[in-house]
Amino acid sequence: MSFVNTPAFDSYRLRLAAGKESCVERTEHYLTVIHQRSALNAFLSVFENEALEEAHRVDQKIKRGTAGPLAGMVVAVKDVLCMKGKRTTCASKMLEKYEAIYDATVIERLRAADAVIIGKTNMDEFAMGSSNENSAFGPVKHPLDETRVPGGSSGGSCVAVAAGMSTTALGSDTGGSIRQPAGLCGMFGLKPTYGRVSRYGLVAFASSFDQIGPFANSARDVAHVLQVIAGYDERDSTSANVPVPGYLGAMNRNVRGLKIGIPKEYFTDALNSEIRSAIEKQIHRLKSSGAEVVEVSLPHSEYTIATYYILATAEASSNLARYDGARYGYRAQGARDLSEMYTKSRSEGFGTEVKRRIMLGTYVLSAGYYDAYYRKAQKVRRLIQNDFLDAFKKADCLITPISPTTAFRLGEKLEDPLQMYLNDIYTVSANLAGIPGISVPAGKDHQGLPVGMQILGKHFDEETLLRVADFLEAA
Amino acid sequence: MTNDKHEAVIGLEVHAQLRTETKAFCGCTTKFGNAPNSNVCPVCLGMPGVLPVLNKKVVDFTIRMGLATHCSVASKSVFARKNYFYPDLPKGYQISQYEEPMCQHGYVDIEMEDGASKRIGITRIHMEEDAGKSIHDLDVDTLVDVNRCGVPLIEIVSEPDIRTPHEAYQYLYAIKQLVTYLDICDGNMEEGSLRCDANVSVRLKGVEKFGTKTEVKNMNSFRHVERALEYEIQRQIELIEDGGNVVQETLLWDANKNVAVPMRSKEEAHDYRYFPEPDLVPVLVSEEWINEVKKILPELPKERRNRFIRNFGLPKYDAEVITAEKPVADYFENAASHLSQKNSDTYKSVSNWVMTDVLRVVNERHIAVNDFPVLPEHLSAMINFIIEGTISGKIAKDVFEEMLKTGEEPKAIIERKGLMQVSDASVIEKAVDDVLARNAEQVEKYRGGKTQVFGFFIGETMKATKGKANPKLVNEILKKKLAG
Repeated sequence: MSFVNTPAFDSYRLRLAAGKESCVERTEHYLTVIHQRSALNAFLSVFENEALEEAHRVDQKIKRGTAGPLAGMVVAVKDVLCMKGKRTTCASKMLEKYEAIYDATVIERLRAADAVIIGKTNMDEFAMGSSNENSAFGPVKHPLDETRVPGGSSGGSCVAVAAGMSTTALGSDTGGSIRQPAGLCGMFGLKPTYGRVSRYGLVAFASSFDQIGPFANSARDVAHVLQVIAGYDERDSTSANVPVPGYLGAMNRNVRGLKIGIPKEYFTDALNSEIRSAIEKQIHRLKSSGAEVVEVSLPHSEYTIATYYILATAEASSNLARYDGARYGYRAQGARDLSEMYTKSRSEGFGTEVKRRIMLGTYVLSAGYYDAYYRKAQKVRRLIQNDFLDAFKKADCLITPISPTTAFRLGEKLEDPLQMYLNDIYTVSANLAGIPGISVPAGKDHQGLPVGMQILGKHFDEETLLRVADFLEAA
Repeated sequence: MTNDKHEAVIGLEVHAQLRTETKAFCGCTTKFGNAPNSNVCPVCLGMPGVLPVLNKKVVDFTIRMGLATHCSVASKSVFARKNYFYPDLPKGYQISQYEEPMCQHGYVDIEMEDGASKRIGITRIHMEEDAGKSIHDLDVDTLVDVNRCGVPLIEIVSEPDIRTPHEAYQYLYAIKQLVTYLDICDGNMEEGSLRCDANVSVRLKGVEKFGTKTEVKNMNSFRHVERALEYEIQRQIELIEDGGNVVQETLLWDANKNVAVPMRSKEEAHDYRYFPEPDLVPVLVSEEWINEVKKILPELPKERRNRFIRNFGLPKYDAEVITAEKPVADYFENAASHLSQKNSDTYKSVSNWVMTDVLRVVNERHIAVNDFPVLPEHLSAMINFIIEGTISGKIAKDVFEEMLKTGEEPKAIIERKGLMQVSDASVIEKAVDDVLARNAEQVEKYRGGKTQVFGFFIGETMKATKGKANPKLVNEILKKKLAG
C-alpha cells in the first residue's frame, strides 16, 4: 500500500539497468517528497548533497556493470544507527549535537551493496515509545491523517517509506518498534530473529531484545534489504553464526500444506472487532489456498507486558548510564560538583519517558528487589520462550494482531503510560522469545486506516514469514 | 600487635592485571606509558552503539591461574555488569563476573612464621575489565585517561583463612609468585599491576562467629599490606577493649602517615545492581581447552624449589632465593646446564654466584634478570675455568666485573688480559725464591718457630705473580723452600 509512486525494487532495477531511469533521478524525487511533506517530521537529518553524489556514483557503477545488489535503492535509517561524522541523536536532547565516530555494521553493509542513504529518521527518544510522540524534536505524523500517530518507536522510518520519501528504511525493534508502526501505516516491517542482524552501531535500548530490520512497500523489498544486512558479525558476540539463506528464492507464492497457528490468547473478546475480522479474512485466504490452520496456545501470554517492561527497562537503565555529561553529549551548566553534574545533565538531557524507564529499570535491579523482579522475569521469559517452542511443534508460523487499535490520535495516550505500554501486547512476545515477526497489511478499518497483521516464525526462519507475506500481498 | 585474647580474621581480594597484548573486549593495545587517551577505540571509549567482544587470551590466562590454585574451572561462566557512575568508567558499568565466576574453590599453601605450612582457601577467581584513571592533581580540572579502560584483570578472592599480617604477606607473595611464574601478570604492586584490598575483623580466640569487618584499600606495596593490617587489627582490638563497636566501613591506607582513614560514606554507598551482561554470551570452557592449558602450565614455584633441592643438592635457603622469581630460576638452570662438571659442589658454586653477584647487580641497577649483561652460559664458562684451575676464584671476580662491563665471554677476557692462572712450578719457584731472598729477616723468624708469618709469604708471592699463581702450588712450594 504505497501512497506515492515507489516502484517495486525488482522492476525498478530492470529500468535502471536498461537506462530508462537513474538513481540520481530517483534520489531527487525522494528529496522533493521529503521537502513537500516536511510537516510529517519524518527526518532528523537529510543528506541532500551526499545522497545525490552517492546516487551519481551508483549510476556510474550500473553503467559499468559493477553495481552491488542494492544499487538504485534509496534507504532512510533510524537515527539510532551510527554513521561516522553524522549526528546520531536518538531523538534526544542528550545527543542533540553528538556525531558518531564510526559506522554501524548495517550501514557498512548497505553501502557495500551500493544503497544510497538519504537521511536519518525521527523516532521516539532512545526508541522508547509506541507513538513517536516521545521525540525531543517533535512527533512524527501519520501520512494519511496528520492528527494521528504513525506508531513507534521507528515512526520516522516507517513514514519515510509510507509517504514515498525512500525506497526502504531501517528501523529497530525492541518490543514492536518496527512491526507496530508498519501495522498502523499499512507497511511491511520485519523484526528478524535475535542475532540475525548485527547490532554493532545500533545505540542500545535493551540489548537482549534489540534487532534492526527493514520497512518496505512489499515483502520482496524487505527480503532484498534483509539479504544484505543479515549475517554473522564478529563485532557482535550475540550475532548468530548461522548461514543466511537466499530469501527471494523462498518466495514461491505457494502456501499449500503450510501449518498456520492461531494463538487463542491473542484473539479474545478484547480484540477490536474490525481488526479481528480483517485478520480472519486473511487467514481464510491462506486456508482456501491449501494452508492448514491450527489453534495453538501460548499460556503465559498474560505475563508478557510485565516481563518485558521489567527486563527491557533493567537493561536500559544500564545501557543509558554512559550518557552522563562527562565525555560527550549534553552537559548541564552550573553544577558545583560531580554528583550534581550527573544529576542535572541527566535530568535535563533525557525526556520524561526515558527517565521513567531508567527509574523502573534501576528499581528492579536494586538490592532487595532483584529476586522479586529481575530474576523472576528472567524465569518467566524462559517460560514464554518455551510456549513458542511448543507452539512451533504444531505450526510453521503463527498469525496474530499487531496492535489493539488502528492509528490513534496524537496525544490520546500520552498521559497514560500504562495504556501506551499495552499497545505492545501483541508484539513484545517475539522480542522476549527472540523469534522473527513481520507486519503485513490486512486491509482498512471503517475510517480508512490501515489494519496490520503479524506473522511470527521459528528462530532463523524469516523465509517462511516472507513467503506468507509475499503470498498475501500478491493475491 | 595482637594480644593474647584476640585474633584477627583476614580475607584478601587481589586484582591482577593480565599481560595480554590487547584489551579484554576490544583490539586496543594494553601497552603502558603511551600518551593519555591514545590506546582507545569506540568500544573502550564507551561510545553509543558499541559492543564488547571477549579476548580469548583472557580466558586462557584465567584458566591458568585457576589450575595453579587448584580451583575448579567452570564449564560455563557468565559476565555481569557492575553499575556505578564515575568519569573514568565510560560505559557507566564495569564488565565483571558475579553469580557465575570462572574459577571457584581453590587454595594456596603458604609458610607460616614457625616454618609450618598453612592452606589458604580461594573462594573464587573471576575476570573483569579495568577502569581508566582520573587525574585530580592538576590545576585545570579533573582529567581522565582511558588508556587503561578495558585492560583485563582477574580478581582473586581468598577465604577468611588468614590470621596475621605475616600470613597475609606470605599469601600475597605466593599469589605474586604464581602470576609471574604463569606469565599472566608482571606482579608489580607499586605500578598497580597487582592490587590488594583486605577485609579485616577481630574476635576473641575460641569464638567461631566473625566480628564486624572493615575493608582496607589503597595498599600499594607488600610492606603497606603488612603495616596497614597491623594498624587496623590493633585499632579494632583497642576499640573493642574500650567497650566500643567496630563499624562496617571502608578505610584507605595512608602510607605517609601510617594510618587508615575512613572513606566518606557517600563514596561507598554503592548498590552495584549486578545483572548478567546481555552483550556477551556465556563463556563456555571445554574439558579439551582445560587440558590444553594444563599441558602448557609451567612448573610452579613450590615444585621448582623442591626439584632444585632434590636434583641440584642446593640448600633449602638457596633454593628458595633462586626460585623466588622465575627469571632468576631460569638463569640458574641455564647456567647449571653449561657446567663442565656437574655435581652438588659445582651447582652450589653457581648458586653462590647467582645469589651474591648476579642478584646484587640486578638490585643495584634495578634491571630484569633477563637483561643481565652476563649471559648464564658465560657465567658457567667462567666457573668452569675455576674448576679446571685456569683461573683462581679471586681472579674470577675480576673476570666477572669485566663481563659485566663488556658482555664478552670469559675466555676472551682471560686471554686479552693474561689472567690465566700460573701452574708452572718453575715459574712459581722463581717467584718464591725472589720473595725469600728479599725477606731474609722474616725467613729467620719463620725458621725460628714463628710459623704465623707464612701468610705474609703467600701474600708476597701472589703479589709478585699478580694474583695469577695457583694458590695450591704456591702453598706447597713455599712450605718446601722454607723447610730449607
